[in-house]
Amino acid sequence: MVTSSVAAPLSNVPDALGRFGTFGGRYVPETLSAALDQLERAYAEAGADPSFAAELDGLLSAFVGRPTPLLFAQRLTKLAGGAQIWLKREDLSHTGAHKINNTLGQGLLAIRMGKKRIIAETGAGQHGVATATACARFGLECVVYMGSEDVRRQAPNVRNMRLMGAEVRPVETGSRTLRDAINDAMRDWMGSVETTHYIIGSVVGPHPFPRIVRDFQSVIGRETIAMSRKQFGRLPDTVVACVGGGSNAAGMFFPFVDHPEVRLVGVEAGGRSGQAGDHAASLSYGSPGILHGSLSYVLQDDDGQTADVHSVSAGLDYPGVGPEHSYWHDMGRVEYTSVTDREALDAFDTVARNEGILSALETSHALAWAVREAATRSPDEIIVVCLSGRGDKDAAEIARLRGLAADGGTA
Amino acid sequence: MTTTAATRPIERLEAMFAANRAAGRKALAPFVTAGDPDADITVAVIEAVDRAGGSLCELGVPYSDPIADGQVIQASYTRALGKGLTLAGVFDIARRASATCSMPILAMASYSLIFRRGIDRFVADALAAGLTGFVVPDLPLEESDDLDTACRRAGLALVRLVTPTTPPERAEAIARKSTGFLYCVSVAGVTGARADLPPGLVDRVAWLKSKTDVPILVGFGISAPEQVKAVCDVADGVIVGSALVRRIAEHAGQPRDALLTEVGCYVSELAAAARRAEP
Ligand SMILES: Cc1ncc(COP(=O)(O)O)c(C=O)c1O
Repeated sequence: MVTSSVAAPLSNVPDALGRFGTFGGRYVPETLSAALDQLERAYAEAGADPSFAAELDGLLSAFVGRPTPLLFAQRLTKLAGGAQIWLKREDLSHTGAHKINNTLGQGLLAIRMGKKRIIAETGAGQHGVATATACARFGLECVVYMGSEDVRRQAPNVRNMRLMGAEVRPVETGSRTLRDAINDAMRDWMGSVETTHYIIGSVVGPHPFPRIVRDFQSVIGRETIAMSRKQFGRLPDTVVACVGGGSNAAGMFFPFVDHPEVRLVGVEAGGRSGQAGDHAASLSYGSPGILHGSLSYVLQDDDGQTADVHSVSAGLDYPGVGPEHSYWHDMGRVEYTSVTDREALDAFDTVARNEGILSALETSHALAWAVREAATRSPDEIIVVCLSGRGDKDAAEIARLRGLAADGGTA
Repeated sequence: MTTTAATRPIERLEAMFAANRAAGRKALAPFVTAGDPDADITVAVIEAVDRAGGSLCELGVPYSDPIADGQVIQASYTRALGKGLTLAGVFDIARRASATCSMPILAMASYSLIFRRGIDRFVADALAAGLTGFVVPDLPLEESDDLDTACRRAGLALVRLVTPTTPPERAEAIARKSTGFLYCVSVAGVTGARADLPPGLVDRVAWLKSKTDVPILVGFGISAPEQVKAVCDVADGVIVGSALVRRIAEHAGQPRDALLTEVGCYVSELAAAARRAEP
């Protein structure tokens, strides 16, 4: 908790070593050190070069379709019967999720570094699609690592990546999900680092990735602040986002962290239960540890072996979380809570039927919390939900789960 | 945890290198995954390595997400953890093996495990187990001050790694910090046997030798006696990992004697190659 009135603003992180308080850092094999230094330099140079921002802004507008709207969810608000629910429509971005904000920025950095091959990991496939899209647009080679379980449950995105010329490499090790995809992407990078840039898909990984991804995603929060002032004349009371690695949430929250009057809530995957192995809620149930190159909250055993996790949503099915979220958690700036598979699936249905929006299963976690919370709040309060992505990719998996449930299994 | 000068474990490593130097010999450092296929066999394998002429042994501590490792070592970690191996089990293997072996044993451990246990406790456990130091493949220079301090106080080696992507000034800074020996990674890539030595390796090692007095061991990708000899012509020794781990895995289903004979023959062959190298 910030107690001194002269304390640095919460947004004044990370430091030169990539620390958010005690979290973050760079715990990687020496082979990757030079490339991370190079990326840090390229990012600093890009920041000082107005033509970089101009090119990225141009793409965000004409290619992605930004700014994305802030929509009043009329029927959902009525159904909840309390606070107003507004939706920041990242689902309307080109490729259907916020992930493209980051891949275009990092793609431009790769070009500046003279790297012509891109690798990425993906869970839900949205980051894979957004990377494949940026690579097609920029003429870069693209290889995407994806756990074979996610290849199965997010098949439409696998097809779309391949249509755009990306190679999708299914990962068969471990739990065959996002964590294993990151491991294999890092292993690829160990051997290809001189010619390849790794576009990591969330605010995770070694410094400077958490900072770079946060910065590229912060367009979400900046637009939300501007649109809130325009559309309802003030900042929202509460802003909520789902948290997998934490990129849509970090992008939404970061411009708000120095506005203490705005309540910020991150929703993690509560899975089937609060038992170890049944959820993927690192901040709710984890402890400080090192995973994929940074120090943050991790779901792990007593020895530090990464724990198995579960979520119905491939994009939240990850045992770690970005280090800046750990910092916000320990500073008490952001509240983190979780929503179960069942609640998320119900919210998916509710939003589909009442608003005409198929929301990604990841996003449905934030929506579930918002509907529940709105019911307890007064009608002049405003809750903004980061509607991080569209749910077409999940339609088949939801139908399959429903079939299992109808057969007497548990969905 | 402070150790008296007379019992500083790192001195066993230093004495081994000094004896090698005096005899014009090079070091062979086999890597063995703890607990694959089981703890008893790992102890017996380390003893076989010792008898067959290993100069030191790197004991791989299984970790769930080893990003510096290729398929062979990664799979061995997965198998060991799948059988329920814990850190306590790893330290027990180290304690049993170091009680009977003359060569020093180091632990190769991810910093994730060290951080989770707490540096002081991890170092104390290592000391009690008779280990002489650590190789921590995912701990770069910038993050290593705390562990460095603890290792220096305990008299344990903290072996640093340089790779083909390390710029020259940084390589010198890393070499200055490295204790016990310096681990020269042969390739930009993960562990795993490779058919050919990377071009430029010999020059890189020769350059490093001109910059530091700490012994230099080369690892990653080395499996054949001819590679061992070529590397040892310039370096102070070699580390052989995946090739040995794979042999152990292939013989895991056979009688224990057959596995130990295989390990013994392979290590003797490599040790002979290291002896043939230029002094
Ligand atoms: C639509 C959507 N929302 C959220 C996430 C979770 O990622 P993050 O927490 O980085 O935003 C994903 C990840 O795949 C996603 O596709």
